[in-house]
Amino acid sequence: MALQRSFGLFILAAPLALHAAPPKISEFTLNNGLKVLVQEDHRAPVAVSQVWYKVGASYEHDGITGVSHMLEHMMFKGTKKHPPGEFSRIISANGGSENAFTGQDYTAYFQTLEQSRLPVSFELEADRMRNLRLLPDEFTKEQQVVLEERRMRTEDEPHAKLDEHFDALAYSNSPYKNPVIGWPDDVSHLTVDDLSAWYRQWYAPNNATLVVVGDVDPENVRKLAQKYFGPLKPSTLPAPKPRGEVEQLGIRRITVKLPAKLPFLTMGYKTPVLKGAAEAWEPYALEVLAGVLDGGSSARLESRLVRGQQIAASIGAGYDLNSRLPALFSVRGTPAQGKSVEDLEKAILAEIRQLQDQPAAADELERVKAQVLASKVYERDSIFYQAMQLGMTETVGLGWKTVGEYVDKINSVTPEQVQKVAKKYLVEDRLSIGHLDPLPIPEGQTAPEDRAPQGGQHVR
Amino acid sequence: MYVNTRIIFLAVFLSLWTAWAHAGPKIQTWTTPNGSRVYYVPTEGLPLVDVRVVFDAGSARDGAQYGLATLTSGLLDTGAGEWNADAIAQRLEGVGARLSTGVSRDSAWLSLRTLTDTKLLDTALSTAREILAKPTFSETDFEREKKNLLLALKQREESPGDLAGIAFFQALYGDHPYAHPKDGDIATVDKLTRDDLRKFYQRYYVANNALVVIVGEVDKTQAESIADRLLSDLPKGEVPPNLPTVSQPQSAQTLRKTFPSEQTHIYSGLPSVRVADPDYFPLYVGNHILGGSGLVSRISEEVREKRGLSYSAYSYFYPFRVEGPFMLGLQTRNDQADQALQVLLDTLREFIAHGPTAKELEASKKNIIGGFALRLDSNQKLAEQVAAIASYGLPLDYLDTFIGKVEAVTAHDIQRAFQSRINPDRLQTILVGAGQSREK
Repeated sequence: MALQRSFGLFILAAPLALHAAPPKISEFTLNNGLKVLVQEDHRAPVAVSQVWYKVGASYEHDGITGVSHMLEHMMFKGTKKHPPGEFSRIISANGGSENAFTGQDYTAYFQTLEQSRLPVSFELEADRMRNLRLLPDEFTKEQQVVLEERRMRTEDEPHAKLDEHFDALAYSNSPYKNPVIGWPDDVSHLTVDDLSAWYRQWYAPNNATLVVVGDVDPENVRKLAQKYFGPLKPSTLPAPKPRGEVEQLGIRRITVKLPAKLPFLTMGYKTPVLKGAAEAWEPYALEVLAGVLDGGSSARLESRLVRGQQIAASIGAGYDLNSRLPALFSVRGTPAQGKSVEDLEKAILAEIRQLQDQPAAADELERVKAQVLASKVYERDSIFYQAMQLGMTETVGLGWKTVGEYVDKINSVTPEQVQKVAKKYLVEDRLSIGHLDPLPIPEGQTAPEDRAPQGGQHVR
Repeated sequence: MYVNTRIIFLAVFLSLWTAWAHAGPKIQTWTTPNGSRVYYVPTEGLPLVDVRVVFDAGSARDGAQYGLATLTSGLLDTGAGEWNADAIAQRLEGVGARLSTGVSRDSAWLSLRTLTDTKLLDTALSTAREILAKPTFSETDFEREKKNLLLALKQREESPGDLAGIAFFQALYGDHPYAHPKDGDIATVDKLTRDDLRKFYQRYYVANNALVVIVGEVDKTQAESIADRLLSDLPKGEVPPNLPTVSQPQSAQTLRKTFPSEQTHIYSGLPSVRVADPDYFPLYVGNHILGGSGLVSRISEEVREKRGLSYSAYSYFYPFRVEGPFMLGLQTRNDQADQALQVLLDTLREFIAHGPTAKELEASKKNIIGGFALRLDSNQKLAEQVAAIASYGLPLDYLDTFIGKVEAVTAHDIQRAFQSRINPDRLQTILVGAGQSREK
């Protein structure tokens, strides 16, 4: 199927007046160092509150991988004031929803509530910021829960397992080589003391950002923050060691053999990110490059490799310019029926070569930019997502203003810049390649239960 | 890249029953000249609109050709009128619009999100209209999409959770059209032809079988024009016959399938609740207490918090057009699967026998009512709720009366509803895993 590329006239003009007023963001810092960001959004009587800590898996050292995530679980297990489980019960009784997540660069906690309940969330978050009680019995049970989580997310998921082995190969010494959830042996040997030390080291107002987005008044949020978080004592924080990745000196390859039905290919090039970039425009050019490859169904990978050449059944490219340390520009996919991972790999490398040999077409870039601009409007439909962006950029050290600059920076990327970053970074000496090699899954036997299962007796 | 750790099942379920606000928005409705019902809610603040066209053309309409509804839906945006897949994608993505199609057991839909600027909206709408009215089902596209679907079906067999889900629906629904997986089976998909897809499309993608939901920053006149433009090229056609009712299984059954995974995935349940079921509110509030409220539910408390047996353990009612499933589920290390299943079933039996405590009932009502505003706090969520009301023919004041109905539920109502609907001696239970334990 010939690639058609003649629909430029429908393209969204970049400076189009989008009659959505820009979001109003207030920033202030309490005396104890807690930074507070407030964005007003009055479309619904709701507010989301998120507490972001500058700690995550990439702060961990060998032997205690997974400690940030394990601690996140234990943050629901009680303080002197509130016994285990009460945090969740109080939020629930206030009509709220809550959750938490851990990444390489952050640990974050959030509640979404009807806006008048914001003090409930502040009171509980402030309490567990300094007063967590790590009870050995609760820890023992929760460790089992986390091991179950690991089995569910990684052990029994072929692609996740491939990713884990792949990251461990692609990075030599960057902490991104370790999985967020931790290596199994580390997770099962974490102790209350490990968690306690981690909590004391990182959980402090001067290592956190409080983000509130929703139907709120910034002045009122400031007063509430002062009331609940203001009395907390700051800590002396260690500066994270840089742990810069050593230079890669050639292509790296790994094969992972697992019981699975289909092969899978993952490729990653070491690339700079906004934080620490030598040339500030380069990460934005890489972002646009990711769009040229994978910005929807009209982009090159889907159009050429899934539809045109029919080498891939599914394929995608990914790049995260907001990570704290240099990361990977990745391309991943499943070969189409009758094609091998080697065929797919060759086709992807040919696409990369084309990006290096000639600049992308003007209309391709315009489509990427049109989608970025529209996405900015769509994102505003979610208060949670808006808070995520502010919290994440602040926590990795870029500052929340990066969020507002994004559209302009993307718009200023030229085809030549995309070509330049392709030549400079998408090269063999920065590349790692992983193949999932499926082993047969033994044919399962289905059998009716031969015991009486419904009698209500306990099986011990 | 992050690990989202605590509650994963909250967002997954058909939110029809969990999503209303104090006083719902006023839904305006009308019928287009060729017979499609329109549901419209104006919103303000963002220059975007969500449009959804829903057909009674889900996998329950597959007949013996399992996978037919899914493959038909998947082909729609690969070619229409004069445009091939590239042209369609370039038109939509050039104006920043997002379009997708999909199916469930009960429905097939096309969703469109676009900016409201006239030129952009026009391009997005004219593209969607062509996709709905003139899909080409070309040979090349058909062969490719079919091959890719067959691969996806093969991949399904590497997931113990997916295999357990498939076995669960088979156990509950026997020869009912809900029994087969919505994406079909390798054997049935393999036999599908372009002609089958065309016939399915012609039968079900018709105006009388369509409804349109429009939520966004457009006025009534614009909304009328959107609906007319999207659907005016469709023939009127006919509404399909009602689905057969579902019979209850006569006795309990437990099936075990061996699989070389570290965890065993467990589902247990029964066919139970229809949309607009008179017992719906007692069942919904009751299940919120039993297993529907994340970490504070009884099941999560017993399985996870007290015993550390599973990362996620839950129960849900899925209201379908006819009796949808009541489902309990968890996943756990192979060697403790029996213990975890026992805890799950004991918790259910105890709840059916004695109902909720007054304190539990109060806490759940507080959560549902106090959380009211969260459930319609975006254009997206609002569009989903209106689509659910529309698809299932619920009263237009459903949003306004929801809170009152939740408040009216008593502990006795819950106990009675559970006792009459869920007979634990007829539960269908599936365990997948446990084959080659790699523990110890």
